[in-house]
Amino acid sequence: MRIINRKPSRVAALALGLLPFVATIVAYMVASHYRRLDNPADKLLPSLESMGQAFWRMAAVPDRRSGDLLLWVDTFDSLWRLGTGMAVSAFLALMLGIAIGFIPHIRSSLAPYLATFSLIPPITILPILFITFGLGEVAKIALIVIGTAPVMIRSTAQAVLDIPREMIIKAETLGASVWQMITRLVLPQVLPKLITALRLGLVPAWIFLISAEAIASTTGLGYRIFLVRRYLAMDVILPYVVWITLLAFLLDRLLLLLSRRAFRWHHVGGDAL
Amino acid sequence: MTEKNIQKLSVQGVAKYYDGLPVLERVNLDVEKGAFCTIVGASGCGKSTFLRMLLSQERPTRGEIFLDGIALPEEPTPDRGIVFQKYSVFPHLSVAENLILARELEEAPLTGKLFGSSRRSAFSDIGDLLEQIGLCGAANKYPAQLSGGMQQRLAIAQSLVKRPSILLLDEPFGALDPGIRLNMHELLLGLWRDLDMTIFMVTHDIHEAFKLGTRLLVFDKIRHDPQAPEAFGATITYDLPLSAPEFGAENASPEVIAGTISREKQLPLNSSKSNLS
Repeated sequence: MRIINRKPSRVAALALGLLPFVATIVAYMVASHYRRLDNPADKLLPSLESMGQAFWRMAAVPDRRSGDLLLWVDTFDSLWRLGTGMAVSAFLALMLGIAIGFIPHIRSSLAPYLATFSLIPPITILPILFITFGLGEVAKIALIVIGTAPVMIRSTAQAVLDIPREMIIKAETLGASVWQMITRLVLPQVLPKLITALRLGLVPAWIFLISAEAIASTTGLGYRIFLVRRYLAMDVILPYVVWITLLAFLLDRLLLLLSRRAFRWHHVGGDAL
Repeated sequence: MTEKNIQKLSVQGVAKYYDGLPVLERVNLDVEKGAFCTIVGASGCGKSTFLRMLLSQERPTRGEIFLDGIALPEEPTPDRGIVFQKYSVFPHLSVAENLILARELEEAPLTGKLFGSSRRSAFSDIGDLLEQIGLCGAANKYPAQLSGGMQQRLAIAQSLVKRPSILLLDEPFGALDPGIRLNMHELLLGLWRDLDMTIFMVTHDIHEAFKLGTRLLVFDKIRHDPQAPEAFGATITYDLPLSAPEFGAENASPEVIAGTISREKQLPLNSSKSNLS
C-alpha cells in the first residue's frame, strides 16, 4: 500500500508524537553526560538532576533576599502583564474590528491608517514607551497591545466582512436595526474568530512580553532568564524556557476549549485547528 | 399617476449596468396581487439581479420600481421576504432561535434578545410553525446539523415570520434532491395559498417554473452583436400566464404544459382547471 494511504493507529500515533520529544531529551542527556565527564563543573549542559534542583529552588525555596518564591512571583507578574495586554487588544479588536468591518464610512477612514500603523515594528516603539510611560507596568502592557492589536483588529474586521451578505440582507428583512445586527448577528459570528485571533496573537505577545521584561523590569519570567544569564545559570534558564512553553501551550488549549464550549455551532462542521 | 387598480408591483423601464455594461435593459412588468411569478433564463442573464432589485439589495441604474404604487425603499425592509439558495439561516442560532429572532428584534430594540418568560412564550408560539415545516424534532439543532431540505424549510418559515406581502426566492431548491424538491413544492404552494402572498421565484428548472407559477417570465437578450457580446442587456422576452398550480400537479405531462403555453392570455388566477387534468 502507498504510504499516503497508511494511517497509524491511536497508540502508534501517540508513540510517534512522543518520539521527537523523547529523542530530544535523550540526545541532551547524552551530550550533557559526555561534557560533564570532561568537566564535572560544566555549566553549559547541566544534568537533568541539577536542573530539577534549580527549578525546585526557584519554585519552593523562599528567596534569601526578598523571601519570595521566585518562580511563582515571576509567573504571576508575567501572566498578569500578558493577560492585561491581550484583554485590551481583544477589546480593541472587537470595537474597532466590528466598526471597520461593518460600517463602510468607518472602514474608509480607519482601514488605511490601521494598515500603515500595523507595519511599524513594535519593538522600535519600546524606547518611546519607556520614555513616555516610565519603566513600570504600563509601558510593557502597551508594547503587547501595540504589537498585537493592529493584526487582531484587521483579522476581526475581515471576519465581519466574511459574513455572507445574504445573512445581513436576511436580518434586514427581519426588521433588524444596525445595533441589533451587531448584537445578534455580527458579534456571535465574530467571537469564535476573535478567539482564533487571540490564540495567534499570543505568539508575538510572548515575544514582546519577554523582550520588555528583559530590558527593564524587576520581576517576570523574561527578567529572570536574562538576569541569571550573567552567571551562565543554564540550570535555571532551560527549565524556565520549558515552563514558559508549557504556559503558552496551556493558554492556547484553554482558549480552544473555551471556543468549543461557548460556540458549539462554530465547531459542528468539524475543524481541526 | 393615479390608476384605478394599482398593481402590486410595477417595474417601469428598468435597466441595470455593471461597470458600464448593461445586464438588464428596458424591463417593464406589472404584477397583480397574489401572483406566483417564476423567472427563468440562461445563466448570467440578470434574473438574480432583477430579484435583488426587487429586494432593494441593488438599485436600478435607470427606471423605477413601484410597490403598491409607491417607489421601493432604498434598502431591504420586512415587507419583502427573501430565501436564498444558501446562507439564508443563521448558523449560530438553533432552529427555534432562528424562528423567534424576528419577534425578539421587534420586542427588544436594545438587546435584540428576549429573556425569561417572554422568551418562553416566543418559543411556545412557534410550535405550530415548527410542526408545519416538519422540524419539531430538530428545534434545538443548529442548521449545520440539518439536511439541505430541512435548512431550506427553515429558511422559508423564517422569511414568513414577518408576514411579508412579497416573497422572493432565489433558486431556493437548486441544491436539493428531486424527491425533496417535490415536498418543498407542496409546502411552498400551501403557504402561498394560506398567506395570500405575491411570490417571485428564480429557478433553473423549467419544469419547476411551469408547475409552480401562475406566470412565467423568461429573461433573455433580444439584441445580439456578435462583435461585442456584452453590448446589450437582457430583458423579459416571454411573459406567459399559466394555470393556477394545483397540489399533485407534478404529474402534468409535457403536452399539457405545451397546451398551457399556447392558451391565449387571460388572468392567470381564475383560469379553469380543465387545462391541467
